Amino acid sequence: MQEFESSFVKALLGASEPTLPWSRQPGFDVYRNTVLRGAIDALAANVPTVHRLLGDDAFDAAAAAFVRVRLPGDGRLVRYGAGLPEFLASHPSLAEIDCLPGVAALDLAWIESHLAADAPSLATSDVFALTAEQLLHGRLVPHPAARWLSFPVPAFTIWRHEREGRKLADPLSRRSESALLTRPVGSVGWREIDAGEAAFLAACASGRSCDDALESVLDAGCGFDLALSLPRLLQAGAFTRIDGEPS
Amino acid sequence: MAVLGAGLGLKPEHYGDAVSCRADGLWFEVHAENYLGVGGPRRAWLEAVRREHPLSLHGVSLSLAGAEPLDAGTLAGLAALVRALQPALVSEHLAWSRFGGAYLPDLLPFPRTTETLALVCDHVDEVQDAIGSAIAIENPSHYLRLDGHEFDEVDFLRAIGRRTGCSLLLDLNNVHVSAVNTGSSANDYVDRFPAELVAEIHLAGHREDPNLGDRLLIDSHDAPVAAVVWELLDRFIERAGPRPTLIERDAALPAFAVLMREREVAQRRLAHQETIVA
Repeated sequence: MQEFESSFVKALLGASEPTLPWSRQPGFDVYRNTVLRGAIDALAANVPTVHRLLGDDAFDAAAAAFVRVRLPGDGRLVRYGAGLPEFLASHPSLAEIDCLPGVAALDLAWIESHLAADAPSLATSDVFALTAEQLLHGRLVPHPAARWLSFPVPAFTIWRHEREGRKLADPLSRRSESALLTRPVGSVGWREIDAGEAAFLAACASGRSCDDALESVLDAGCGFDLALSLPRLLQAGAFTRIDGEPS
Repeated sequence: MAVLGAGLGLKPEHYGDAVSCRADGLWFEVHAENYLGVGGPRRAWLEAVRREHPLSLHGVSLSLAGAEPLDAGTLAGLAALVRALQPALVSEHLAWSRFGGAYLPDLLPFPRTTETLALVCDHVDEVQDAIGSAIAIENPSHYLRLDGHEFDEVDFLRAIGRRTGCSLLLDLNNVHVSAVNTGSSANDYVDRFPAELVAEIHLAGHREDPNLGDRLLIDSHDAPVAAVVWELLDRFIERAGPRPTLIERDAALPAFAVLMREREVAQRRLAHQETIVA
């Protein structure tokens, strides 16, 4: 069976003309087309903003090239697309569109947030009820649906304008951006955050106490004001709970 | 106990309609993979549909006929979904779709031999052990005349049922498509199919290949059920009695009311026969 499967897959995905007797039957193209189309359609569903920006033909060409180097890992096609941002960044004909990898990453973050497990959001009032010591020694746990990303280019501005059906300002200001996607209830929401807030979320996600997370963000040279940023992040539903002393 | 008559494949566009809809014998089927490890609104909708209607979980990616071990994450996710939703039916295909740790999104053919019979049976046993209930195995559409078959497909499916205790899902559109594409008789296939093992029937639309026309049919699920497939349904239930029967539509999705009208046709055809209690 393994030998049969191997020759079948080579004929399905190979660039050269298939040579086995059954692979020359006209019906073989149905399998070839279904596999490729199935994977491309799954990608189109998972990165709809990239699809809209490129248009059908350019998207299909880029997606087909990606499918040939990275097939889905399993049948959960709603999770398919990891590695696409990096692939787009290195694709010769698309590398000039430097915001495209970031847009793809935002699309994938949106679907991850949409499908993430349900959990309560940590309320601002619960945090305000803590002493300063309890807060600094506690570990803020990001909400399962929270995703944060940073880009050296204005990918978030492009992505959010496409998603919100708004026209982009012309010319677009060239600047680095960070974004937070959350789903405290119902649908996924997004907002721009600053680089320090994104770094703080990442530090919290790694299991650091609030105090340690704060220190690592400041050590990295990111500007960050806990008193200003924490209420903003809490209000967005970025955290689900605060755990006690680090273990 | 719910009586399963004619059901509908359920897509996210129709969640709200499905929750509020009421009809004798109505049930819904979803592709299990779209809900594995999924929370949030999609999972909430599925649970809402399940509270109102019987549900069937239809797998498309377990690769039961594949040489590779079953994907542990997919199987564990399916088992968790079955525990949570208590579906009336769980089904998969007689096909393979995994190779080299990758998933090929299709239902691929293989030579039906003593070796592959043992392989499929081991995988069916593994799935049934994991989910704690029997699954139904579906006959796929065929587009190739493969060499090396030791078994005819009907005999192969019957043998799987006997060895593993699984039931069968008879897809009548696939029977027609395969018969045209491989030059065999759909009536003969339906007449020989082991009725006592059939837990579910699938109906769907197909289309002709753009280049080869009616010499090559494609199981496209983007059109109403063809007249010839309705005839196969009548032929089977006249011999075997009614079974839970699903209308599948996965592309070119029409309005929910349009699908419900097609489902009514199936329900009427089943209604004069004895109902099946699931």
